[in-house]
Amino acid sequence: MSSVAQSTAGPTQKKPAKNKGLNAGQARTGYLLVAPTIIFLSVIIIYPLLKAVQLSFQKDAGLDPATGLFVEGGSAGVSNYTHWLLQKCGEVDCPPGAIGAQFYDAFWVTLFFTVVSVVIEVLLGMWFAMIMNRDFKGRGLVRAAILVPWAIPTAVTAKLFYFMFAFDGIINKLIGFVGISPQLWTSDPWAAKFAIIIADVWKTTPFMALLILAGLQLIPGDVYEAAQIDGATKWQTFLRITLPLVKVPLMVAVLFRTLDVLRIYDLPAILTQGAGGTTSLSMLVIKQKNEGFHSASALSTIVFLLIAFTAFLFIKFGGADVIQRPPSSKKAKDKDETPTPRDKDAQTGNPVAANATSTGA
Amino acid sequence: MTTAATTASTTAPPTSGQSEAQEIHFRSNRNAKIRMYIGLAVLVLWGLAPFYWMVVTAFRDVGYTFDSTPWPTHVTLDNFKTAFSTARGNHFGAALGHSVIIGIVTTAVAMLVGVFASYALARLQFPGKYAVLGVILGASMFPGVALVSPLFQMFSNLGWLSGANYQALIIPNISFALPLTIYTLTAFLAEMPWELEESARIDGCTPGQAFRKIMLPLAAPGLFTTAILAFIASWNEYLLAQQFSTNQTQTVTVAIAQFTGAQPHQEPYTAVMAAGTIVTVPLIIMVLVFQRAIVSGLTAGGVKG
Repeated sequence: MSSVAQSTAGPTQKKPAKNKGLNAGQARTGYLLVAPTIIFLSVIIIYPLLKAVQLSFQKDAGLDPATGLFVEGGSAGVSNYTHWLLQKCGEVDCPPGAIGAQFYDAFWVTLFFTVVSVVIEVLLGMWFAMIMNRDFKGRGLVRAAILVPWAIPTAVTAKLFYFMFAFDGIINKLIGFVGISPQLWTSDPWAAKFAIIIADVWKTTPFMALLILAGLQLIPGDVYEAAQIDGATKWQTFLRITLPLVKVPLMVAVLFRTLDVLRIYDLPAILTQGAGGTTSLSMLVIKQKNEGFHSASALSTIVFLLIAFTAFLFIKFGGADVIQRPPSSKKAKDKDETPTPRDKDAQTGNPVAANATSTGA
Repeated sequence: MTTAATTASTTAPPTSGQSEAQEIHFRSNRNAKIRMYIGLAVLVLWGLAPFYWMVVTAFRDVGYTFDSTPWPTHVTLDNFKTAFSTARGNHFGAALGHSVIIGIVTTAVAMLVGVFASYALARLQFPGKYAVLGVILGASMFPGVALVSPLFQMFSNLGWLSGANYQALIIPNISFALPLTIYTLTAFLAEMPWELEESARIDGCTPGQAFRKIMLPLAAPGLFTTAILAFIASWNEYLLAQQFSTNQTQTVTVAIAQFTGAQPHQEPYTAVMAAGTIVTVPLIIMVLVFQRAIVSGLTAGGVKG
């Protein structure tokens, strides 16, 4: 992270020499205050993560097929990874139906959930945010209503949709009114995938909408007035003004939602229990965990790398500026962009861009 | 909160004498209003309709589970009795208690540890500050499933996967509650008027007094909102709770997911909806009371001006 060096160099250079003692004191206090958090995160996240990597290169303890003797694990090399990536069960290809053989199905269905859910959430969230960004009575009521899906635990959401998606349930009755025949929402391959997407979109679009709304509320009204005087159409206004000005909060929201769906577990585990090819990568890890620890560790490491890589792509190329550095450390290419309200925010020293809510997915 | 969109949609100011223009203006204004109210109706329905259906079903007699009358019919409290009944091996009442304990301890630890880090990140300049923020944000994006295998092994070696070992649930919960707490609090603290602290010092307060008498009351809403968000996150957690809980520590989300009915393979829908209502209603009340604070907590940080 070269930005760290840049950002810290900025303020210290500007300070007069006599303030050096004060800065040193500040740094010491800073480290002291941050230390407990770093210790906690090291023990709770970083150590288990490294432990998982270590486990992933070991064999399960068990009977050696060659000698028939009980062996205590030992090094597995990369066999736990080839098990998933190359579908190898020992020396041979995994038989269909084995957990190892389900990897690519789980991978593609997780990707499918992610892309479809996030695209729908962005479109709907944008629309919701634009509705809420107007002046109307009962703003508090609408905001509270939209927070309800966010507040309901995912496990309860899954059970609620399981009930609504039942064969005799309300959704089949409602689609009956428009002439669609009843669907097997929790077992048919396509219907089950969309059942999960519908439940996920219902629960998380409000979060997306609220983040976009917060971005919209920063756009000063005179920008729109100027556009109107210049004769811009509504569509042009949206495309040339609204969209570029909400781009950063939107990308942050998309990043957090994408990572959330990539690790989706609660919804498919409870709503469809993996039926109809809805076993997500996280579900596959849990399934494998009961069969063999070390293979599960390899798979969870693959999931972790997938998520880390996706986050990297978003932050590097997608403009999801999750950590705001002071303007002095902003890269040169940012300079000729239109100044957005976020730049102002960066000057006030607010270092956090936006929140993700761990929805437990 | 400017009404940018409204000003944009209400067209040019009406000039006197041009009644035709006024008429068009009036009509487009009215159409925009109608469209807005349709949109608002969709929003409210979106948020409330499935929740409403859960509550209606929770109060509906089990014999009429799939009755699709849109208003409450065959009203009964039996489903709530069934939900709390332990006759079929469900321990929903106990699970409520476990979730409360786990939620409170998780929130308390996350707040206690997080408030110091947030203060440092919001107020102080020190080398490596942005690296620390990066680690915390990375932690918030961390997939919970990556913790399952290593922690399962560690916890079973420690003998924590049986009996009433709440720490086996609290410790993994802190892994997501702590990052959530820190970035919400950091955003809140960064926006506080810290110059008041200096004024208090100039007026003769000690640093401790300035913090206690001036800054703490100002920070209270932010601290409170953060605590609510952390508690809700812990209350709603399922994956880790499912993996690390025992009969004596089972949380509500796990209890609801595993609810068994009178016969195997027969889902006790109405009782589950009753249980879901009980689990959700406290959260809905919190949302109603603190919605403004929760929204600002959710979107705290860079998206504010």
